[in-house]
Amino acid sequence: MDYQAAMPVDERVIRAMEPYMLTSFGNPSSLHSQGQEAREAVEDSRLKVARLTGGAKAEEIIFTSGGTESNNLALKGVAARNMKRGNHIVTTTIEHISVVNVSKYLEKQGFQVSRVPVDHYGSVDLDRLRAEVREKTTLVSVMYANGEIGTIEPIRQIGEICEEKGVPLHVDAVAAAGRVPIDVRKENIDLLSLSSNDMYGPKGVGALYVAQGVRLMPLLHGGGQERGLRSGSENVPGIVGIGKAAELAQAEMADEAKRLTRLRERLIRGVLERVPSSFLNGHPTLRLPNNANLRFSYVEGESLLLSLDMEGIAASSGSACTSKTLEPSHVLTAIGLAHEEAHGSLLFSLGKSNTENDVGYVLEVLPGIVKRLRMISPLTPKEMLA
Amino acid sequence: MSLYSQKVMEHFRNPRNMGEIPDADGVGTVGNPVCGDMMSVYVKVKGDIIEDVKFKTFGCGAAIATSSMITELAKGKTITEALKITRSDIVQGLGGLPPIKLHCSVLAVDGLSEAIYDYYKRGNLSVPKELEERHEKTRREFEHIEKRYEEFLKLEKELM
Repeated sequence: MDYQAAMPVDERVIRAMEPYMLTSFGNPSSLHSQGQEAREAVEDSRLKVARLTGGAKAEEIIFTSGGTESNNLALKGVAARNMKRGNHIVTTTIEHISVVNVSKYLEKQGFQVSRVPVDHYGSVDLDRLRAEVREKTTLVSVMYANGEIGTIEPIRQIGEICEEKGVPLHVDAVAAAGRVPIDVRKENIDLLSLSSNDMYGPKGVGALYVAQGVRLMPLLHGGGQERGLRSGSENVPGIVGIGKAAELAQAEMADEAKRLTRLRERLIRGVLERVPSSFLNGHPTLRLPNNANLRFSYVEGESLLLSLDMEGIAASSGSACTSKTLEPSHVLTAIGLAHEEAHGSLLFSLGKSNTENDVGYVLEVLPGIVKRLRMISPLTPKEMLA
Repeated sequence: MSLYSQKVMEHFRNPRNMGEIPDADGVGTVGNPVCGDMMSVYVKVKGDIIEDVKFKTFGCGAAIATSSMITELAKGKTITEALKITRSDIVQGLGGLPPIKLHCSVLAVDGLSEAIYDYYKRGNLSVPKELEERHEKTRREFEHIEKRYEEFLKLEKELM
């Protein structure tokens, strides 16, 4: 139950990609028929990815190497291209690390960045966001949904604020795309980042929707592919892969979201009922269908993960002990958790292979695991152990 | 998970001497839940022998395994012998620890020496100079741990 970290590639995606590695391996820039076959496949994928974003036109989709590059291109590209107009960017305190670190980089380059706080559910404070957008603001960047705590942001309202203020809105939809419906037109989104491997596609390919009229400075200069915004020979098999993944996600999203929401709710309710002093992180209803982020007092996340792993269950944690740094997840601290609370958080991210049986099994073993670790912990109140 | 050696996993699965000693002769508590690990060590002393030792730990797998290991090493030893247990004894006893987890072995050594220090204090016994110094150092670190933690975080931010 760790689909947030990695997912397998759908077999139908692999089958769609195969010919573009073995037989139709041409360069889309070549005029001969092999090249033109590859060109057609790339354009077909562009259309499929555009459909997944709601009302985007195919030509508004730029293929990249993944979510991180899409976020880099959106933030750095808009900031650099609009320097004469302004030097201020608005973002939030719970963005993905690829937005967090780009905004820090931009600060070092002399840009100003405002980070709008979130409430204890992780929802962006709309009044603060409105107040932060000023004359020199050239971009607002807010994620569609947070992959760690699952909260879906009020993007439509944020889009309205941005339209009213005349500032373009970038949305990192890596965690949301293929899981919940997105509509870039109705939601007034000007730039949208997507990643293939977060929707059962291959790794190493992503996309950025860039609305007509939005001006960007490219990160990569070269042969001028992708409307000059992303030079380099196209990763044709990867692009075919993200196209097929987008097509499948769009066709299957509604049913799969319903199924996963049912599993998620059973998991969350089951844990909260069975384990005393357990809590849900993130929003109770406005959350990704597959995300259950739970917090357990008096125990530490890594020892929970190890214990679950011993029982054959894969999950992840916001604990510092599972990462390369001392600090617990910035998302968990942004929603107001004390460090010791963040250390006791556990993320179950569900996906295609998960069934009612899997949820039942977690509910069977998790209470005992927490109980055992609480017996070992000096922080557990005596009356809880009695 | 292949992050840890089999020995670490074995101690994590079946920790030795886990629990409290209600009538302990000395108790030492080190670490801080804010930083992700905290450990309490209880000792029962007869003559100068550590007759019984138990622990309670909040922390990662390595913190629990190192706690278990130090109680196993200390049980039945004289106080002088127990104070000579080093973090490398613990690391070796566990078949190694990942570098990022080495601090857990320091926590275990500090926890035991704090419990022994507490035993001396409770019995109004004169504390050996070396132990007094270790205690001072551990206390200072404990008091500054949140401050140091803040400093670490600041340093990390600067380096990122």
